[in-house]
Amino acid sequence: MVRIFGPLIGLFFAAALLWSFGVGVAQQLREPDPSTAVKDFHKDPKEDIKFSFDGPFGTYDNRQLQRGFQVYKQVCNNCHSLKQIAFRNLSALGYKPAEVKAIAKEWTTKAKTFDQKTGDAGERVNTPADHIPAVYYPGTGNPPDLSLITKARHGGAHYVYSLLTGYSDQPAALLKKYPDSKTPDGLYYNPYFANLNIAMPPPLADNAVTYGDGTPATLDQEAKDVSAFLTWTAEPEMQKRKQTGWPVIGFLLAATALAYLSKRNIWADKH
Amino acid sequence: MSFPWANQYKPKNPLMVYLDQKLPLPRFVYNAIGGGYPVPRNLNYAWNFGVLAGFCLVLQIVTGVILAMHYAANSMIAFDSVEHIMRDVNWGWMLRYAHANGASAFFVVVYIHIFRGFFYSSYKAPREMIWLLGVVIFLLMMATAFMGYVLPWGQMSFWGAKVITGLFSAIPLVGEPLQQWLLGGFAPDNAALNRFFSLHFLLPFVIAAVIILHIWALHIPGSSNPTGVEIKTESDTVPFHPYYTAKDGFGLGVFLLIYCTFVFFLPNQLGHPDNYIPANAMSTPAHIVPEWYFWPFYAILRSFTVDFLFIPAKLMGVLAMFSAILVWFFLPWLDTSPVRSGHYRPLFRKFWYLLVIDTLILGYCGGSPAETKYVLISQIAASYYFLHFLVILPVVSSIEKPLPLPFSITEAVLGTDAVTA
Repeated sequence: MVRIFGPLIGLFFAAALLWSFGVGVAQQLREPDPSTAVKDFHKDPKEDIKFSFDGPFGTYDNRQLQRGFQVYKQVCNNCHSLKQIAFRNLSALGYKPAEVKAIAKEWTTKAKTFDQKTGDAGERVNTPADHIPAVYYPGTGNPPDLSLITKARHGGAHYVYSLLTGYSDQPAALLKKYPDSKTPDGLYYNPYFANLNIAMPPPLADNAVTYGDGTPATLDQEAKDVSAFLTWTAEPEMQKRKQTGWPVIGFLLAATALAYLSKRNIWADKH
Repeated sequence: MSFPWANQYKPKNPLMVYLDQKLPLPRFVYNAIGGGYPVPRNLNYAWNFGVLAGFCLVLQIVTGVILAMHYAANSMIAFDSVEHIMRDVNWGWMLRYAHANGASAFFVVVYIHIFRGFFYSSYKAPREMIWLLGVVIFLLMMATAFMGYVLPWGQMSFWGAKVITGLFSAIPLVGEPLQQWLLGGFAPDNAALNRFFSLHFLLPFVIAAVIILHIWALHIPGSSNPTGVEIKTESDTVPFHPYYTAKDGFGLGVFLLIYCTFVFFLPNQLGHPDNYIPANAMSTPAHIVPEWYFWPFYAILRSFTVDFLFIPAKLMGVLAMFSAILVWFFLPWLDTSPVRSGHYRPLFRKFWYLLVIDTLILGYCGGSPAETKYVLISQIAASYYFLHFLVILPVVSSIEKPLPLPFSITEAVLGTDAVTA
C-alpha cells in the first residue's frame, strides 16, 4: 500500500509545485516584478561606527551614557516615552543617589495620582521608584517608545545612529526614476527608514544640547551618545551578561577538556 | 529485552538492598542508562544527540517553570512582564535568554538526531516504533515551540499566531469556525494567549512522557550502530556506563560551550527584532517569518502559489506543509533496502547529502522575504523534498547494489572478530 500510494502522493505534490513554478516563471517572463524606490534607495545601517560596547569584551562608557541621557531628556523626550526605565535605574549610569533623586524631582512631567477615596486625579513629583512618565504625542506619526528600540530594529545602535544622521534631500535620481515617490508634505526623506519617508523632523543638530562635561555637541556626537544610551535602556544587563559569560566559558573549557581526557582514558582498551 | 551478558545490578549498601526490594528504581535506572545496558561499541559522535536532546528538554522545563513564576499571561501586560523578568527579576535575563536560546539548541540537536536517523536508516525494523514515537515527539516540540514564541506578545508573536492559526481556515467548510474556536475569538487576543500559555506549560510534560516510551521502545532491540549490523556477541558491546556516559559527558561539554556562547554573547542573534515591538493588531510587519527552525516548512507552505486541479493554493500549501513531516511516519515502509547504514549504500548516500542541501535551501528561502526569486527556488527545492521521500527512496532501495557488510561490529572496529577467526 505505502509503496503504491507513496509515490503517487509524491508525484502529486511535485506536479503541483512544478505547476506553480511554471506559472510563476511565465509571469516573470511576461511581466517581471517592478522595481521600487524602497528597493533601490533604502540603505542598511552604517556599520563602520564603533561603540564602546561592541564585541564580547565591550562595556558601556558611563560618561557617554550620561550625555546620551541628556540628549534623550532634552530632545527625544518631547515625543518619545521610555517606559521600561525607572529613575532608580539611572544609578547604573554613575549618578549618585542624591543626583537620581534630583533628576526625578526636577522631571517636567509629573507622576499621575488617583485618589481612590475621592476619585480625584492629581499630580506629584517623581521619586526614584517611579518610571519615566509616559509622553503623549498628539501630532502626526506615532513616536514609538524608545526603551527597546535598539533591540527592535535590525542593526541596533547602528540603525539609530544612521537614522539620526541620515536625513537628506531626496536624490534627483530617485525622483527621475520614480516621479510618484516624492516625499509627501510633512514627512522627511531618510534612506535608513523602512519606507524612506519618516514623520519625525530631523531631531538633532549641532549644539542641540550643551554637554556638562565640555564635549563639543556636534550632530555626530549627539547621535552616537543617544544611540549608546538607548542601547543601555534596551540591554541594561549587557555588562553583567558578558562578565558572567567569560567565567562560564572558562569553566566549560576546563570541564570539557577533563571530560575528553576521562573519555579517552575509559575507552583506551576498546579501540 | 536485554542481552544475556548484560551486567546485573548487585547493590551492596544495605540501604540500596532494602530499596531494591521495596521499589527497584535504582535497578531500573541501572538497566536503562547505567552499566546494565549493553550498547554497540562503535557508536560515533552522531549518537550523542539523543542524550543532548533529553538534556535540552530538562533545561527548558527548569528555566521555563521559573520563568512562569514571573510571567503574566495577559495580553495587557504580557510584553511588560517579560521586560520585568529581563530587568527586575534576579538573573531573569539569564533565565529568559537560556530559555529562548534553549529552544533553538533543542531544535539543532533534534534535527541532527533526525538526520542521523535518515543516514543510518534508524527507522528500519526492528526499530520502527522508536522512529514513530520520535516523529510524535517532534510534532509536539513544534507545537510547544510555536506557542512559546507567542507568549512574549511581541509583533512576531501576534502575527505568527495569526498566520499559523490561519492555516486551519484553509480547511473547506469548517475552516473559519475552526480557526475562531481555536483562537477563542476572531483574532489572537487574551483568550488565545491564555490557552497558549496553558498548553505551552503542559506539552513539555507530554513530551517527557513520550520520550519515556521512545527510550522504552529503544531498549527492546537495543541501540543501532553505524554499520547497521546487529549485535551478535558480547564483544560487540560495551556497558552504557562508564563508556557512553563518559562520551556523552564530553559531548555535553562541547554542546554547552556553543550554547553558552549564544546565551551570554549573542542572545538575540537567532530571534527577530520585531518581537521587541509590542503586539499591535493594527500594524502588520513587513515580513512575517517564524523562528528559524520552522523555515523549511514555512518555505514549503509558501511554495504553492496557484490552484492545482481545483484545490486552492492555500489548502495545497497547508496539506504539503503537514505532509512534509507526516511522510516521516511512512519511512520504515518506503525504504525497503535490507541494508541500514548509509556507509554501505553508495547511491542512497548521495541522495542523503542532496536532502541535507535541499533542506538547507528550503530553510534559507523560508527565512527570506516572500520575493519571487525565493518562491521559485523553494518550489524546486520543495518538489525535490517530496520526490526524495516518496519516489527516490523506494526506487533507490530496489535498484541499489549495496557494498559488502562487515561480519560483525567487532570486525568493523578491530578488523577481525574472534568468532570468525
